[in-house]
Amino acid sequence: MSLLGIEDLGRPEIEAILTRAKDFQASTAKYDTLKNRLLVNLFFENSTRTRTSFEIAAKRLGADTISITASASSTSKGESLVDTLNTLGAMRPHAIVMRHAASGAPHFLARYLPTPIINAGDGTHEHPTQALLDARTILDNRPSLEGLRVAIIGDIAHSRVARSNVHLLSKFGAHVVLCGPASLLPAQLAQLAPNVTLTYNIREAIQDADVIMMLRVQLERQHETPFPPGDYFKFYGLRLEHLQHAKPNVIVMHPGPINRGREISSEVADSNRSVILNQVENGIAVRMAVLERVMGASQQ
Amino acid sequence: MRTWLIKNGRVLDPANGIDAVADVLLMDGKIAAVGPNLTASNALVFDATGMVVAPGFVDMHVHFREPGFEHSESIESGGKAAAAGGFTSVACMPNTMPVNDSATVTTYIVERARRLSPVNVYPIGAITKGSAGEELAAIGSMKQAGIVAISDDGRPVMNARVMRRAMETAKSFGLPLINHCEDLHLSAGGDMHEGFESVRLGLRGIPGCSEDVMVARDILLAEVTGAQYHVAHISARHSVAMVNFAKQRGLKVTSEVTPHHFALADIDMPPYDSNYRMKPPLRGCIDVEGVTEGLVNGAIDAIATDHAPHPGSEKMQEFERCPFGITGLEHAISLSLEKLVHPGLISLGRMVELLTVNPARILNLPKGTLTPGADADVTIFDLDRKWTFDVNKSLSKSRNTPFHGHEFRGGQVATMVNGRFVWRLDGLNLG
Repeated sequence: MSLLGIEDLGRPEIEAILTRAKDFQASTAKYDTLKNRLLVNLFFENSTRTRTSFEIAAKRLGADTISITASASSTSKGESLVDTLNTLGAMRPHAIVMRHAASGAPHFLARYLPTPIINAGDGTHEHPTQALLDARTILDNRPSLEGLRVAIIGDIAHSRVARSNVHLLSKFGAHVVLCGPASLLPAQLAQLAPNVTLTYNIREAIQDADVIMMLRVQLERQHETPFPPGDYFKFYGLRLEHLQHAKPNVIVMHPGPINRGREISSEVADSNRSVILNQVENGIAVRMAVLERVMGASQQ
Repeated sequence: MRTWLIKNGRVLDPANGIDAVADVLLMDGKIAAVGPNLTASNALVFDATGMVVAPGFVDMHVHFREPGFEHSESIESGGKAAAAGGFTSVACMPNTMPVNDSATVTTYIVERARRLSPVNVYPIGAITKGSAGEELAAIGSMKQAGIVAISDDGRPVMNARVMRRAMETAKSFGLPLINHCEDLHLSAGGDMHEGFESVRLGLRGIPGCSEDVMVARDILLAEVTGAQYHVAHISARHSVAMVNFAKQRGLKVTSEVTPHHFALADIDMPPYDSNYRMKPPLRGCIDVEGVTEGLVNGAIDAIATDHAPHPGSEKMQEFERCPFGITGLEHAISLSLEKLVHPGLISLGRMVELLTVNPARILNLPKGTLTPGADADVTIFDLDRKWTFDVNKSLSKSRNTPFHGHEFRGGQVATMVNGRFVWRLDGLNLG
């Protein structure tokens, strides 16, 4: 079974993955759960941490992995996405992990390909394993997601991390405050899931927050200037003085890679409130749980 | 040439105020008579009992892709699809390769159509050279060669001054100017209607206001110039309201809507299904209500398909890379019946008007009526037959429609052009 997004996952499935991930957190032991199973990592968009994380997760479970990046594959020779995937599908992998710059690309392929697909980020749509590892990280610091106040700050409009997190957190009763300038915070986001509110003011977003999730800003990659770049850090960058407005035991998260001095100050990124490296670590455990679920013996 | 007597149909001819069971006699390629109990000694009889007999439908907005993109559609294949959908006349947009911006290309299309198309094909000329939006095309020469309107469909003229000059030129030659209203700065990079669905799916939005601002601009220019101005494939509710406003001011402003824009909203799209990708995009439910209201209250004058064929190889891609547009000729009647007439939103007579005399008048064509002496273009359809649309049996060269497998109630039975059957459900007596 494919994992395309959090939106369509039920609570029990999410809980099962998070619980299983806890088993994998403790040690770096190797398993043979996925022995003789082949995982293809197909990355049409640059990624170091997500691809590496999936590779390590697969190897710890004993799977064989092949990683392909778009520049090295035949997509640059004009082969269509369908043909690329059909070709890979014919090599009979047990699952394909896929990252693509186009929203919906894995959904499109899942309609034509029998191989299970794990979405490792599609355009500005979803990044389900990121939301799962974020939830795992929050739950390492809080007993439950219920009733937590989570501020997600930055370019929400173009963030697949934000969308997946909104769906997941809302399903478990957290209150999500989305914050950014209006051009990066479409009003319709408030209807994405229950218990979501929007604000253009970072102080308001952080007030009494249990969790602050900062998003990477890529103003330079957008084809327009949705916000004066010079003003960004001043109005939407997270600095130490902000933390006093949050709960005393607030945790600060970031999906990485971080831009110090852009959306987050070094002092915050390196503070004892930051769990950014825990997120990276949890990425492996969560992806092991996902791979086991998608590729495991019971799935064949 | 055969003489045909179409017996006992419900004859609907809005231009002449006829809605009655009657016979229609066709002789020498012309309508000879309409009335009860007609007889003609040498006539072949088509029994239309229980069917609707209407003037041949006029689709004022199609893309037949010829010259240049014959792998998507040709004048011949497009003409056949039109006939299967009950259309006896179509106006084809100039975004071919080369663009129809000269009398040479216009003449080529006219000649190809005369030889190969079963239905009448009227070319629409480009507003600007290459539809690049800068220098006016040879509008007068194209008019002499046979264009019936000008439009830079798909590549709207962004420069208001150029648009003003285009309107003045169109007016000088008695041509309507048709605009695809889309402010390209507001819509840039967009994939689907900007709304909750685009935000949820992470697709870039094409806001309704990208249409509205250009409709507003054009209406103001139409008032200044006094030109005859037509809004193509209207989709946004504020645009409909502004066309209504223009009409109330007595301007020569008209508009058309496609069947898919009153039949579907953005929420109807299965996730990332490129058969639902077109421009303008499927709008929000409130816009669908808006265009439906426009069909009822008269803001919208015509139903046009914007038949936009694309081969499967171009539609089988990531959503954001697929070209815009869907085919529409073969299910336009059935969608109009399903969404407008069967639910009682408009009368059958109004539907026929939207598909015949209204578009004919906008393009100044001597079509769309059953007036004795008129060309014998006739569409015969039924209201209740259940049938399922199978895209693999489409006469178009392309397969890009969201209505594959859709079950319809009511559809085309036979199509006549110049007194000959060019399409029949039963396949009999063609030619």
